[in-house]
Amino acid sequence: MISVTGLTKRFGDYVALDDVSLEVPDGSLTALLGPSGSGKSTLLRIIGGLESPDAGRVVIRGEDQTSVAPQRRGIGFVFQHYAAFKHMTVRDNVAFGLTVRKRPKDEVAAKVDELLEIVGLAGYQKRYPSQLSGGQRQRMALARALAVEPKVLLLDEPFGALDAKVRADLREWLRKLHEEVNVTTLLVTHDQEEAMAIADQIAVMDHSRIEQVGTPRELYDRPQTPFVMRFLGPVTRLGETLVRPHDIALSLDARPGSFEAQVARVVHLGFEVRAELVLGDGEEIEVQLPRGEADELELGVGDIVHVRSTALPSALRVPAASAPSAAEPDALSA
Amino acid sequence: MTVDRRWQLSLRVVALTYLGALLFVPVGLIFYRTFEHGFAAVWESITTPAAIHAFQLTLEVTIIAVPLNTLFGIVMAIALARGRWRGKGLVNAFIDLPFAVSPIVIGLSLVLVYGVHGWFGGALANAGIQVIFSVPGIVLATIFVSLPFVVREVTPVLKEIGDDQEQAAATLGAGAWTTFRRVTLPAIRWGVAYGVVLSVARCIGEFGAVSVVSGKISGETDTLTLLVDKRFSNFDLAGAYAASALLALIALVTLLAMTTMNRRREEGDT
Repeated sequence: MISVTGLTKRFGDYVALDDVSLEVPDGSLTALLGPSGSGKSTLLRIIGGLESPDAGRVVIRGEDQTSVAPQRRGIGFVFQHYAAFKHMTVRDNVAFGLTVRKRPKDEVAAKVDELLEIVGLAGYQKRYPSQLSGGQRQRMALARALAVEPKVLLLDEPFGALDAKVRADLREWLRKLHEEVNVTTLLVTHDQEEAMAIADQIAVMDHSRIEQVGTPRELYDRPQTPFVMRFLGPVTRLGETLVRPHDIALSLDARPGSFEAQVARVVHLGFEVRAELVLGDGEEIEVQLPRGEADELELGVGDIVHVRSTALPSALRVPAASAPSAAEPDALSA
Repeated sequence: MTVDRRWQLSLRVVALTYLGALLFVPVGLIFYRTFEHGFAAVWESITTPAAIHAFQLTLEVTIIAVPLNTLFGIVMAIALARGRWRGKGLVNAFIDLPFAVSPIVIGLSLVLVYGVHGWFGGALANAGIQVIFSVPGIVLATIFVSLPFVVREVTPVLKEIGDDQEQAAATLGAGAWTTFRRVTLPAIRWGVAYGVVLSVARCIGEFGAVSVVSGKISGETDTLTLLVDKRFSNFDLAGAYAASALLALIALVTLLAMTTMNRRREEGDT
């Protein structure tokens, strides 16, 4: 288990981490999710020993590691831009940690071959990093980190430099690898889909603090702050409540708690339909509904419909004061 | 952007004429004049005891100055590219001092410090060490003028590769020395090599600073460049050309080494 308490880190006047505490259970895959500048990478680097905190403690498997050098923390670290040793072959890259530890040659060779097999790079031993694709380089970096059998694996935006397709593939692959190797893993990402897809636990960060920690489902269904709700998926505002576009029901007649709205645009996205509506007060909302429902209502531009929230009663009530930040899709597309 | 064809042509002609008049023709003439009276005369001229000694001294000075500057250059480059310390900007500016200041001023300042009437000169003389008008002075002057090359070649390379690889090595258990030897040094090796070649060229070719501190004692403190100057002043033109040709030859070899290395460097490290 990784346990950090009260971590604070300043860079000059800038507070990168503000009294952050987090527990990463043994064998879990935890994601640190947040927009850029939220402090997630700094937190990871402090856990890895690449930065030292101004206050707070880092405990890995019951041992205080706060002032231990990265060399002796028993961690594996994977960097966004691979940090491949460019002048070494794939074999030498993966073997690096073992040769530093002066392990016998045949043991090193066997371990390297085994790891390259696991990450799907068998037969690439003699290549140089420049002869590999981005995805292959990152898998090599992962094998290199795993070679020293770390107690925890720390991944800093590991797929951030890859294109969308490779990224999605590697995400699935990492999830499977995690189930196979089962080493406690902490992954930094700004991509909520990535976090939802592979993590057991997500810690959402914003403005140098942790906003909420929970399973992907908990965070999606019961976000505790408007930020978490917005960051984990599309939201739309209905009166004083924030709701997901798929948690809004449309009807042709008024129902208890419903609002009158006019259809501004209807977009058919295969099996689902996205409708943009304008409420009586001029507020625009977005609704997602299954195709069948949309067909039954025969939605057309200019139609008057009634909308109501079908979200759980625990849905977030947003005080009017926080309304100006309603449109904040930048964090999602980043 | 396309440049007018005539413009292109005339620009080329201007550039080639400039290079030709200032570089190719003079250097070519030196070789022509050198070998005008046959190879035997040249051989005789560059194998006189004074010439051999000058060649040896130049080599000796280079062999001392270049490794020292390489070591200093790598350490300094790492400090400049990786460190966060007070006065970095100032030190960074001072590194270029030997480029900015005329070599003759450097020579004079060394005389002021190490001369018999200089700051440490007296004390050193009492200890039996003569710096000025002797080999140590030549070495000092040469080190001074060739100091910036390795630093200036290696610092940008270090900045460009970033510290990701070094951090990765640290997380894999490598200590500072192992990281330097196995990760940093191989990554900057072409930058270092390029800096070394430039330093060698400068050490062999240095004239101004060395001329002030050497005292020009034949067979003792004459370097190759000083020998050329001395022969030229004594109207021994053939001898001056022969020694010049030797210098030019060394320079051409250096140039060749530089070109090959530059290509390797630009192709990237694999």
